[in-house]
Amino acid sequence: MKFGVVFFPGANAADCFYVIDQLIGHPVSPIQPEERELDGFDCIVLPGGFSYGDYLRAGALAAATPVIEQIADFAEQGGLVLGIGNGFQILLNTGLLPGAMRKNESLRFRCHDVFLRVENSRTPFTNRYHQGEVIKYPIAHGEGNYYIDSEGLAQLEQNGQVVFRYCNEQGEVIPAANPDGSVRNIAGICNVKGNVLGLMPHPERCSEEILGNTQGLRLFLSVLDWWGIHTQEGVMTDE
Amino acid sequence: MFEAAVYVTLKKGILDPEGKAIKNSLKSQGYDQVEEVTTGKYFLLKIKERDRTAAEEELRQICEKFLVNMVLEDYSFELREVDR
Amino acid sequence: MSEQKPAWMEMGLSSEEYAKICDILGREPNYLETGLFAVLWSEHCSYKHSRPVLKNFPTEGKYVIQGPGENAGVVDIGDGQALVFKVESHNHPSAVEPYEGAATGVGGVARDIFTMGARPIAALNSLRFGSLEDPRVRHLFSGVVEGIGGYGNRLGTPVVGGDIFFHPSYQGNPLVNAMCVGLVDHKRIVRGLAAGPGNLVVAAGAKTGRDGIHGCTFASEEFSEETEAPDVQRGDPFLESLLIEACLELMEKGYVVGIQDMGAAGLTSSSAEMAGRAGTGIEIDVSLVPQRDEGMTPYEVMLSESQERMLLVIEPQHRQVVMDIFAKWGVEAAVVGRVTEDGIYRVLDGEIVVAEIPVKALTDSPVRYPEQREPEYYQRLRNWKPDDLPVPEDLNSVLLKLLSSPNIASKEWVYIQYDHQVMLNTIVGPGADAAVLRIKGTKKGIAMTTDGNPRYCYLDPSRGGAIAVAEAARNLSCVGAEPLALTDGLNFGNPEKPEIFWQIKQVVEGMSEACRSLEIPVVSGNVSLYNETKGEAIYPSPVVGMVGLLPDVKRCTTSAFKDSGDLVVLLGKFHPQLGASEYLAVIHGLEQGEVPEIDLAEEKQVQLCCRELIREGKIKSAHDCAEGGLAVAIAECCIPGQRGATINLPFAGREDALLFGEVQSCILVTCTPRELDSVLKTAEKAGVTAAVLGETGGRHLIIRDRAERALINQHIEEMEKVWRGSIASYF
Repeated sequence: MKFGVVFFPGANAADCFYVIDQLIGHPVSPIQPEERELDGFDCIVLPGGFSYGDYLRAGALAAATPVIEQIADFAEQGGLVLGIGNGFQILLNTGLLPGAMRKNESLRFRCHDVFLRVENSRTPFTNRYHQGEVIKYPIAHGEGNYYIDSEGLAQLEQNGQVVFRYCNEQGEVIPAANPDGSVRNIAGICNVKGNVLGLMPHPERCSEEILGNTQGLRLFLSVLDWWGIHTQEGVMTDE
Repeated sequence: MFEAAVYVTLKKGILDPEGKAIKNSLKSQGYDQVEEVTTGKYFLLKIKERDRTAAEEELRQICEKFLVNMVLEDYSFELREVDR
Repeated sequence: MSEQKPAWMEMGLSSEEYAKICDILGREPNYLETGLFAVLWSEHCSYKHSRPVLKNFPTEGKYVIQGPGENAGVVDIGDGQALVFKVESHNHPSAVEPYEGAATGVGGVARDIFTMGARPIAALNSLRFGSLEDPRVRHLFSGVVEGIGGYGNRLGTPVVGGDIFFHPSYQGNPLVNAMCVGLVDHKRIVRGLAAGPGNLVVAAGAKTGRDGIHGCTFASEEFSEETEAPDVQRGDPFLESLLIEACLELMEKGYVVGIQDMGAAGLTSSSAEMAGRAGTGIEIDVSLVPQRDEGMTPYEVMLSESQERMLLVIEPQHRQVVMDIFAKWGVEAAVVGRVTEDGIYRVLDGEIVVAEIPVKALTDSPVRYPEQREPEYYQRLRNWKPDDLPVPEDLNSVLLKLLSSPNIASKEWVYIQYDHQVMLNTIVGPGADAAVLRIKGTKKGIAMTTDGNPRYCYLDPSRGGAIAVAEAARNLSCVGAEPLALTDGLNFGNPEKPEIFWQIKQVVEGMSEACRSLEIPVVSGNVSLYNETKGEAIYPSPVVGMVGLLPDVKRCTTSAFKDSGDLVVLLGKFHPQLGASEYLAVIHGLEQGEVPEIDLAEEKQVQLCCRELIREGKIKSAHDCAEGGLAVAIAECCIPGQRGATINLPFAGREDALLFGEVQSCILVTCTPRELDSVLKTAEKAGVTAAVLGETGGRHLIIRDRAERALINQHIEEMEKVWRGSIASYF
């Protein structure tokens, strides 16, 4: 089982790379945007940041690169694709995930912790969480206000494609817990098959004891579990 | 050679917080007559193409595949022939 | 017919300076040459007013690898690693176009860091604005914050801290001082030298446009209604992120002889300074410089301040490989000149020589020694005594009012707009006494902060300057870090006014004294003068940006009360003063009185003691007692800890002074009752006064006087609401 992290210029690929390489200690390679050959990879991570400066629209220019052109085939064949923050925006631009991002309702960038309710713990990315579990992740985005029309929304809900929702500490999905105005407090969704996940909050930023929160690590460990690789949480987190 | 002016606006019914903020600011500055503000993007493209229909077709593709987020946005364009 | 002023006068040169130029050249300079002199001899580039004063600063110490004079200062942090850091002002551009002004400030100082071979790992910002009641100030403030975030977030450098002070003296002239910190291995440090005659000069990054021509002469003039705003530069953070990667790769591979950002005065200052440092000559052909606008004159090319441009010196045999690396990163680059041995600064336009000046003449600008005079207000305001000041009856509401004062209130509204976590190093982010980052692959951590109280500096510039240094160091000590060195941002009014020059001298003297006592050298800095609007100067505003080292980052401490039942202990002599306090300004509308005294020897011991207690794991929290006095300081520990405290003040004095009077060299710490003896012993050994004030716990902050009368009894939620919501309520 091998991870790949796409290094778009302007994105923060090094952070995801570090978590997989140093904290989980699993094989991972950088992938350049010009790459057309994805054989040998099992899970591809599209990291957060501002790929190509987010010019035109967040994620739009990255969505037009050769590597992303291959991503649909890769996912079709069952490969796992994880889009975090900007990576989620890229996946929306490609149409691999439905909907679109608007500017945060406040029109301002926001970087702080949020609470998430795990709405679907059966995906390859979330099997280490319990259904309905409330977890804390940080967000850092200016354009994370998820939009989808009512028909699309009904389908998402019906198919169990909503994976994370913003909530309060008690797990209540209420407007006050919505940091950006997303439809129905949606923070992350997957495709119908469940092998493509996009989420705005940053699991890679809460995967290490020294940073004060390790709840994101379970998302990466879920992927290993899904591949039948057994790890013990936290084993690699401390020197 | 054609010059294309592309206007991209949010679809009707999609919240435009930027437009709303601008309208509110205008109101607070005393421009009470302003009923609505819609924000959008403007692109100017020069297309090396002789045939108007071909240029139009190409432009449509560029818009729908790349320039415009069809989930959220509408677009319109003006195409005019220029010398250079 | 009106008489036209000569070009040199328009460009801001004095008649003595012009005469000197003619003398050096043995002829009259042409238009371009006059322009080159004017920018390089401007205050912004030459520090001609401040240079003799700046000599006061101690610049050497055991950690210093590179002091002032380079693109940024460098200090050793062990393991063959070093920190590169600097603060830079972007005041005038931010007043004209807040978003782009602040954004390009962030980008500019980051370039000063990576030109030294270091990867930027943290950014901080020190902001000074007028009252938020003013809609124009809100517009500027909001735009500046957005610009800092807009650039910093895209650059992928976390914005981890800073400080903000609001005061009407900044109404028309806000201050935006950006600090950047980078990490580098000793052996990879690169300097801004145009060494090796025959080597090639390369311009890389953005094309040169007409933007920002005269930015630096503009920054050396007062604002008046008639001042014509120069074209504002726009930043391109995406291009900068590519420049960082390309330049760091080139430096790592050893292809860079010297490198410098084309900042203020663009190509002119970067090339002249690099040649000046190396003692060489340099030749630039403007026709080879990639240009964005058509028909640019040599003058415009040389003086453009387009952003995201770097000037490199490379060896001729590396030409192709250097160009290939730039191309790989999508960065445009071109050879635009060469290093010569004749010590001459020569500008060519193709075949034609359009300027020819000895390098030394450009870089060794004349120094001005302005007159200085103690301002009339100084003695008058200082002699004020609080004897007739009534003590408010409702001290609870005074506390709430102070907590909601924008100078004290939480700056959360600002810093949640900044990505402070990217790079995965942030252990303590914005809103703390100091920010703390871990250094991956080591046990150690670094801490950083910016500080400066303009009210203190106005009422007593010398003491205010000393306090700025001491407080920055104290903030580092509160998280457990040993201060290593500082960068100074000196922001003042027009130095040609004797009262202003007196302020500058006094502030620098005070800062220098504190630097010496606390053994913290100055390694880099920036001077911004002429910060005036319609003849009214800003308050003297030194900004101290300081970095420190933690041997074990896991041992760092924050201000939050951690557990109930812990004891609250005050380290340091408690002799609060009402003079110059936030309380006096906010509650009584007065800005006068004596600035809190500071005993630097005592300061040093208190900080040492605090660091030792943290290192030994004896205390659970530490917080500097600053603006708003003891009551505010305790509230600031209660709120983030979501925990109250019951305090019994063992001190005598008027209630408002005890609660809200300001004091130096005091740190609030907490420990378990079991550790108390050991804490007191450590304090005693360090010669530091320590007083047990009370105990943490409950949902209220209760402060009683010696007669056990409750002066303060306030619910945490109530305090948090006003403290957290205050700044947001303006937007």
